[in-house]
Amino acid sequence: MIRLRDVRKIYPTRFGENLVLDGISFDLAMGERLGVLGRNGAGKSTMVRLISGAERPTSGSIEQHMSVSWPLAFGGAFQHMLTGVDNVRFISRIYEQDFAKNLAFVEDFAELGPYLREPVRTYSSGMRARLAFAISMIIEFDCFLIDEIGAVGDARFHDRCNFELFEKRADRAMIIISHDAAYVRDHCNRWAVLHDSKLKLYDDFEVAYADFKELIGWKPPQGWPNLEVSTA
Amino acid sequence: MAAAPEQPAFADSVKVQGRILSALFIREILTRYGRHNIGFLWLFVEPMIFTLGVTALWTATKSVHGSDLPIVAFALTGYSSVLLWRNMPGRCIGALWNNLALMYHRNIKVLDIYLARLMLEFGGATISFVTLSIVFISIGWLEPPEDVLKVAAGWMLIAWFGGALAIALGALSHESELVDKLWHPASYLIFPLSGSAFMVDALPPMAQEIVLYIPMVHGVELVREGYFGARARAHYDLSYVIPLTLVLSFVAMMLVRWVARRVVPE
Repeated sequence: MIRLRDVRKIYPTRFGENLVLDGISFDLAMGERLGVLGRNGAGKSTMVRLISGAERPTSGSIEQHMSVSWPLAFGGAFQHMLTGVDNVRFISRIYEQDFAKNLAFVEDFAELGPYLREPVRTYSSGMRARLAFAISMIIEFDCFLIDEIGAVGDARFHDRCNFELFEKRADRAMIIISHDAAYVRDHCNRWAVLHDSKLKLYDDFEVAYADFKELIGWKPPQGWPNLEVSTA
Repeated sequence: MAAAPEQPAFADSVKVQGRILSALFIREILTRYGRHNIGFLWLFVEPMIFTLGVTALWTATKSVHGSDLPIVAFALTGYSSVLLWRNMPGRCIGALWNNLALMYHRNIKVLDIYLARLMLEFGGATISFVTLSIVFISIGWLEPPEDVLKVAAGWMLIAWFGGALAIALGALSHESELVDKLWHPASYLIFPLSGSAFMVDALPPMAQEIVLYIPMVHGVELVREGYFGARARAHYDLSYVIPLTLVLSFVAMMLVRWVARRVVPE
């Protein structure tokens, strides 16, 4: 169980204080997958960082009664001067995991071939995403934070990611941020819209999506959405 | 499954701490020295080249250092000490900015990033100092130290002060880039006053009094007393430098705590 109570986050900026999150409260239990919608800069990633524990809220409380991942598909956990193998070794050490087993998994999953032994800085963004996702799957967290995973990677890779996350780890809790509405609709069982520093929760995707479109003042063009043809 | 965070037993915390530090240490070595040419040997080859160069320069110019100590010994003890206290802050300033992404891993704390770098700097400077000492002693340029333990004590004193200063400046530098800008000139200006290039005993009493306010001077003097015994006529006051370093260490820890609360990962 993850429990947020009245979480506020304020960032100091040159133009004064910027209230990013204002009184966010919700619980997330095992098996619940919360999809978060919100425009760019709404504070979705900030919320995920706070939940991950990497950053503290200005006020309010975040209780984690389960282990929480770092934001998935986030490449920043890597040292770009190091090779993919070195990064796997580092993560294995930090989390006290079996390096040989992990390396075998990453080799198989990321399909980077000999590049796994080259510095990460030589990778393309798609290759980085593969490595990042594969490394994220090494550690069996209770709750996965997924911040815009669909942005990079080819279709085959997406399928493999979805299998790892939603088939093999269907019993876990997840918080999923994506601008791909179909992805959020298909893979979540709870939804939320983050707008003007407030988070509103929904049990029905269509209601959430209608509110979201209303809030950001966006009318879908004729023929939209292509929601039926799921890209995810 | 990765365990949910609960308050672990102290022994477990120590174990985790050790694991994290060693992982960061190895990561730091690999990032900094890579696997090209001599790799991590640069860790101490670089300070050795520095020290050798300075030793050669000081010997060639017959530097006035105000004592009858052999110049090689004088340069080795002096310049090695400089490397120790000067490189530690140099490596810790801005260290957190370069490693922000590590904050996503629950077990890695801000302090660990500084400690890993300090271990690396301390290791490099120490190996360089010891290796050069052994080489110089074996070719007869240097007498073996009269009191090895005293040398070690002085060395540790400099390292402790340098480490505390490094953590304090490192934490401050995360909030203000002024620290980075000012440390370079400051370290240059402190160098000639740090006791490396002179013996306190050779100074006029007035200057002695002033110079002994600088903490590194005490450590360097102690190292030299260990090396040369009574010939060094060392001046140091542990009842000044130890409390001062303790206070500095405390301030450094407070600063790290303060920064850790404010840190925003990328």
